[in-house]
Amino acid sequence: MLMTIAIQTEALTKVYGSGNTEVVALRDAALTIRRGEVVALLGPSGAGKSTFLTAIGLINPPTSGTITIGGKLVMDGPDPRTNLPKFRRQHIGYVFQQANLIPFLTARENVQIAMEIDGWSGRASRRRALELLEYLGVLDRAEFYPSALSGGQQQRVAAARALANEPSVILADEPTAALDSHRGRQVMDLFRKVAHEKGAAAVVVTHDHRALDVFDTIYEMEDGTVRPASSLLSHAHP
Amino acid sequence: MNLAIRDIRHNLGRFALTILGVGTLLMVVMAMGGIYRGLIEEGTLLVDRMAADVWVVQRNTRGPIAEISRVPRNLVDRVAAVPGLESPREFVMHTIQRENNGKRLRMVVVGLSWPTDKGEWIPLIAGRALARNHYEMIADQSLGLRLGQVVRLGKDNYTVVGLTKSMTSWGGDGTAFFTLTDAQAIQFDLPGEAVRLERQARRARSEQQDASRAQPSLLERAFWSSSNIPALGPPMVSAVVARIAPGADPDAVVRTISGWSDVSVITHQGQQDLILKGAVERSRRQLGLFRLILTVVSALVMTLIVYTLTLDKLHDLAMLKLIGAPKRVILGMIVQQAILLGMLGFVTARLLAIKLFPLFPRRIVLKTDDLVQLGVVVFGISVLASGLGVWRALRVSPNEALTR
Repeated sequence: MLMTIAIQTEALTKVYGSGNTEVVALRDAALTIRRGEVVALLGPSGAGKSTFLTAIGLINPPTSGTITIGGKLVMDGPDPRTNLPKFRRQHIGYVFQQANLIPFLTARENVQIAMEIDGWSGRASRRRALELLEYLGVLDRAEFYPSALSGGQQQRVAAARALANEPSVILADEPTAALDSHRGRQVMDLFRKVAHEKGAAAVVVTHDHRALDVFDTIYEMEDGTVRPASSLLSHAHP
Repeated sequence: MNLAIRDIRHNLGRFALTILGVGTLLMVVMAMGGIYRGLIEEGTLLVDRMAADVWVVQRNTRGPIAEISRVPRNLVDRVAAVPGLESPREFVMHTIQRENNGKRLRMVVVGLSWPTDKGEWIPLIAGRALARNHYEMIADQSLGLRLGQVVRLGKDNYTVVGLTKSMTSWGGDGTAFFTLTDAQAIQFDLPGEAVRLERQARRARSEQQDASRAQPSLLERAFWSSSNIPALGPPMVSAVVARIAPGADPDAVVRTISGWSDVSVITHQGQQDLILKGAVERSRRQLGLFRLILTVVSALVMTLIVYTLTLDKLHDLAMLKLIGAPKRVILGMIVQQAILLGMLGFVTARLLAIKLFPLFPRRIVLKTDDLVQLGVVVFGISVLASGLGVWRALRVSPNEALTR
C-alpha cells in the first residue's frame, strides 16, 4: 500500500528564553510520519516531547526549522505559511492527558462544535457527532455534560472531537495517564483503529510501556532530539 | 450552536443572580429618571389640568404655585373686562398641615371659584365634583382619605365627595379642592381667643385716633368682625385665571394686562416654565447628575461582571482556539453574553419597577421615550462592557488549554 507523508519536520529547533536563561527544548528534531501510521514518542520528562507535539500541532511555533503537513509547508521557522486556526481545525485533532472538554457543552455538543466552527450545518454536524460517539461507544452519554462522564468516557468524547473533521494528523499527549490500564489500553487501541481505518497519522506521547505493541513506530526523545527507539522496536506492532 | 446561550444554560442560577443584580442597579437608574419625570408632572399637573390660559398674579411674583402671590378678589372683575378673555375666576392655593384622627395631614388647599368653577375639570377616580358652596372637598387618594369621610379643618367639617389620583404638588403633597370661601376659611382660621385679642388691639389703636374720639361709632366698628369693616376688605386670593376666547389674540391680551402696574400676567406656558426653571430645576440637575453617576457605576459593574465571566472561561476559550475556532466565535460569545446580560437586566429592572415603584411615596413616572433611551444606553454599555473581556480573550493562547 502506498503510504503518503502526513507530517515532516526538518531541523526543528525551539529555544525558550535568552542569554543565561536560554533553554533549548528542541534541537534539529527531524521526523517523517506517514498517513495511517501510529507513532509513539517516548522519553524522560524534559526531553522535549510536549514541545515537539505542540510545535507540530501548530500551537507553539518553533524558533527555526520547517513543518510540512499533508505536503503543505505550514511553518517556516516561527512564521506561519497558512491560516493556522483554519489549518488546525481542518487537519489536526488533539487529545490530551485531561480530556479538556468544554464543561458547558454536552458530549454531543463538544464533538459538534469542532465541525460547526469549520462551517458544517447544525444538522450535518449533529448527525456526524452522534455517529462518532457511537463509533467510540459512548452514544448513550451523548446528552450528558462532561461532569457526568467517567474519565474514560471523557477521553472517548475527546477522541471523537479530535476525529470530527477527519484530520490527517491526530496528536495525543499522554492520553491514558488519567485512566486505569484497561481503559488506557482501550484508548490506545482506538487510536490505532482510527488511524488505520481513517488513514490519519497518530503521534502519541506516552509513558505507558505496556501498550507499545499498539504502535507502528516508536521514537525516543532526549535533550530535544528525536531518534528511533531501536531498543524498543521489538515491542512495536509488526 | 450558540455558545453564549449554552454557557448560560449550564450556569443558569449564577447568570440569573447576576441579572437580578444588574437589573436592580438599572432599576435605580430608571428610578432616577422616573423621579425627575414625576417631579415635572407633579409640578405642572395643576397648571395643565386647570384649563387656564392666563394667570394674573401679584406684581413681580412667579405665580401662586412657584411662590406666594396675593391679589385683591375684585381683580376678577377687571380681568373680566379685558377683551379676548373668558371664564375669569379667582384661584386660591396654599399648603396646610393639620391633625386628623391623630395623624399628620399635610395637603395643598386649592380654592375653586364657586359657582363658576365646581371642579368638573378635575379627573376623578371616584365620587363627584363639588355640588354645594360649603363643606365639601375633593381629595387626592395620597392623603389617605375615603369617599364620604368627614374631616375637620379649622372650625368646620368637610365631607370628601370626590377622589383623585396622583394630584400632588411638586413637593409631593396631595391636593384637596374646596370652594374659594372654604379654602380661605381654612387658610385664615384663627382660634376664638386670637380673634378676641385682635379686636381688642384694634379698639386700643382706634382709641388713640382723634377720629374715634370725634366719631364714637368708628370706635364701635373697630370691635366688629373684620368682614364687616369696609376698610379691611375681604381676604386676598392667590391669582385670577382666565381662558383666551376663541379667535382672540393672546399677545394682545397679555399686552393689555401687562400695562397694569399692580399685577403681572403669566401665560400657561410661562407658568409651566416658571415652575420647571424655578422650583424643579435644582432637583432636576441633582437627579440628572446622580443618574449619570449611577449609569457610570452600572457600566463599571457590568464591565467587571463580563470580565469575570470571561476569566472563568479562559481555559475553555483556549480550548476553542486550539481546535481552530476563529476570533469571531470567541468574540461573539463574549459580546452576546454581555448584551444578553444588559438586556435581560433591563427587562428585570422594568419588571421590578412595575412592582416596586407604586410603593414609593412620591410619583415615579416612566415614559416610553425615557425607557427606549435607557435601553439604548444599556445596549451601548453592554457592548462597551464586553471590551475588556474581549481584550482578555484575544490574548489567550491555545497553549493555555494544555496547562490544566
